Amino acid sequence: MIGLQILIDGFAISALYGLAAVGFTLMFGVSGVLNLAHGGIMVVAALIAWLAAGDLGLGVYAGTLVGILAGLAAAYATYLVVVRPIQRSRAIPREETEIFVLTGTLLWGIMIQVGMAYLFTDNPVSTRALIGGVINIAGVRTPRNEILIAVLCWVVIGLLWLLVNRTRAGKTLLAASMNPRALTLLGFDLSRIYLLVWTIYGVLAGVAGVLLASFLGVSTANAGQLTASAFSIVVLGGLGSVSGSLVAAYLVGYLETITAYLIAPTLRPIPALLLLVLVIYLRPQGLLGRR
Amino acid sequence: MPHPQLAPLSPIRPALLGLAALAGLAVAGPAAQAADPIKIGVIGEESAVAGASLTKAARMAADDINAAGGIDGRKVEVITYDDHSSAADGVRAFQRAVNQDKVVAVIASYISEVALAIEPWSARLHMPFITPGAASNDISKHVHDDYEHYKYTFHGWLTSAFIAQSICDFEHDMLVGPFHMKTTVVMSEDAAWTTPLDARYLDCLPKAGLKVLDHIRFNPDTTDFTPIFNKIESEHPDIITTGISHVGVQPTVQWHDQQVPIPMAGQSSQATTSDFWRDTNGAAEGVITANAAAPGVATTPKTVPFIEAYIKRYGVSPAYDGYSAYDDVFMFVDAIKRAGSTDPDKIVAAMETTDYVGTMGRVQFYGKDDQFTHAIKYGPGLITGVDVQWQDGKQVCVWPANLANAKIKFPAFIKVEAAAQH
Repeated sequence: MIGLQILIDGFAISALYGLAAVGFTLMFGVSGVLNLAHGGIMVVAALIAWLAAGDLGLGVYAGTLVGILAGLAAAYATYLVVVRPIQRSRAIPREETEIFVLTGTLLWGIMIQVGMAYLFTDNPVSTRALIGGVINIAGVRTPRNEILIAVLCWVVIGLLWLLVNRTRAGKTLLAASMNPRALTLLGFDLSRIYLLVWTIYGVLAGVAGVLLASFLGVSTANAGQLTASAFSIVVLGGLGSVSGSLVAAYLVGYLETITAYLIAPTLRPIPALLLLVLVIYLRPQGLLGRR
Repeated sequence: MPHPQLAPLSPIRPALLGLAALAGLAVAGPAAQAADPIKIGVIGEESAVAGASLTKAARMAADDINAAGGIDGRKVEVITYDDHSSAADGVRAFQRAVNQDKVVAVIASYISEVALAIEPWSARLHMPFITPGAASNDISKHVHDDYEHYKYTFHGWLTSAFIAQSICDFEHDMLVGPFHMKTTVVMSEDAAWTTPLDARYLDCLPKAGLKVLDHIRFNPDTTDFTPIFNKIESEHPDIITTGISHVGVQPTVQWHDQQVPIPMAGQSSQATTSDFWRDTNGAAEGVITANAAAPGVATTPKTVPFIEAYIKRYGVSPAYDGYSAYDDVFMFVDAIKRAGSTDPDKIVAAMETTDYVGTMGRVQFYGKDDQFTHAIKYGPGLITGVDVQWQDGKQVCVWPANLANAKIKFPAFIKVEAAAQH
């Protein structure tokens, strides 16, 4: 009984972790950017979805769409205001660009968090469930919304897979992650590829944000935690590896859920973090990392 | 020299400034004495539901007092600060209020950790201080244990022990009796205010007729409450008795979405304001919480006009500490009037003899020899608080009987009939 409960709850939360992490890792793989404003962008999507669905009276579906667009807008803003100027700056030595991007997005993330807290307070909000009610799975009362969210996460991840592996644009992304210099020599415009990856990233972060708001609720205070969890999942799975991130998301999701159910909810994040430390010691390239 | 062009001007500037300052003094000097406002510092938490309510209510109180003529012609000026829910920022705000802004009294915080950090500074700086929302028993215990030092601190909200007692009294009257409930699980966030709260719960719930099956304390950072509700459900209590203030939306929404078939009652501070319905998208339906007063319920003749004016001005109903913060400004002003002075020791002496009917009831403070020195007195005819339940988007009052305007009813997913058959 409790085993099945863990199986179901762990599946949903892991799917959400996975969705939040794939965009993060794709971005790193393609453009070398570790976006520490990640949690902030998810929070923007969640809060705008909540605002649009409730106060602006658009209802939950339209509100969710508006939230995803807000996530996309926040991602574009991050790219255009923070990341691109750093990447293009002649004052910053080439080899230090990544550190500057890391710092820039960290500070930008804090600005987003504080700004959103000013507008929305740090009280958690949750959007209305996309579908209400519960169903009974072999004795485990499961909200239908939870199942829908897990399904939606996998649909989006599946779409991403199709996009990357089955379309021309996706293949240029893959190529960029392998050898950006060769790509430019072949006449591809890297800045267009970057814009594409930020678009995909923005949609993924936006969807993850609005689904999280519908599942567990989101507060501006969560921004740092969301970045940290995406970051550790991505490091665990291997930086830049999408499938590694998915495996790691399920590992972390289930470790957390098992801890919360069988040991204590308060200790929830500890075992996953211990695992991360172990992986950094023993296999620094991550579970499925290439380097 | 980096800026040679400024050099010829520089000797003239200080002289000009000095002249201007002298002129200002000459004009403002005599007038200032008569019309000098009496300043009260108010430290809140603008990004938290309860913490934002207390500063709003205090500003409203000052405006109401000034509209009625102020203190013998002097205006009351409320200066607000934000401690960002941090004890260190709270202490800094307190020091700034006292040393820089020259306030004569301070109203601060709904968070016990913040109030407990400010308390020794109130002692050191001899600054009358009241907390409208913090609950820890230790606040008044410190005053009791070292009265000469700590007498500047007052506790303007029920201590945790009395909050728990009030909830035990409510559960005895309304759940054990009418619904034949016999068992409960205590579910509290881990914080300074819930330690004494839970201690009293564990003592008074059995006396009220509810066997405590389990006692769960959880980290306020918890985002997924499923495992906690799952554990509680496996123990089959009739009611979950809550002690939550820093959290509220997430456990409530998840309780609703997962259709946990056990009702929740107790202290759920975020549920005390009307915003809670909006924040939870109506998942609050059926939640019961202790509150200072209830919308539309005339605890005293001042209650309803206050709530209505507050909603008109801010578009939301006050949280529990909005009522107490509003009353606290009036009590300080009353004390200053009676003392005829803003001397801190005289204000403290006058505060001790307070007998003030405010928005949440009749306020008196316990004395030097009582267990909870300078805390507000708990009991019928004084302050008991009320219990409200969220029903169809509104808070209705379900306890005490003389103020109740509705009967308790639970959402469909809650199995109270089953509970009644135990």
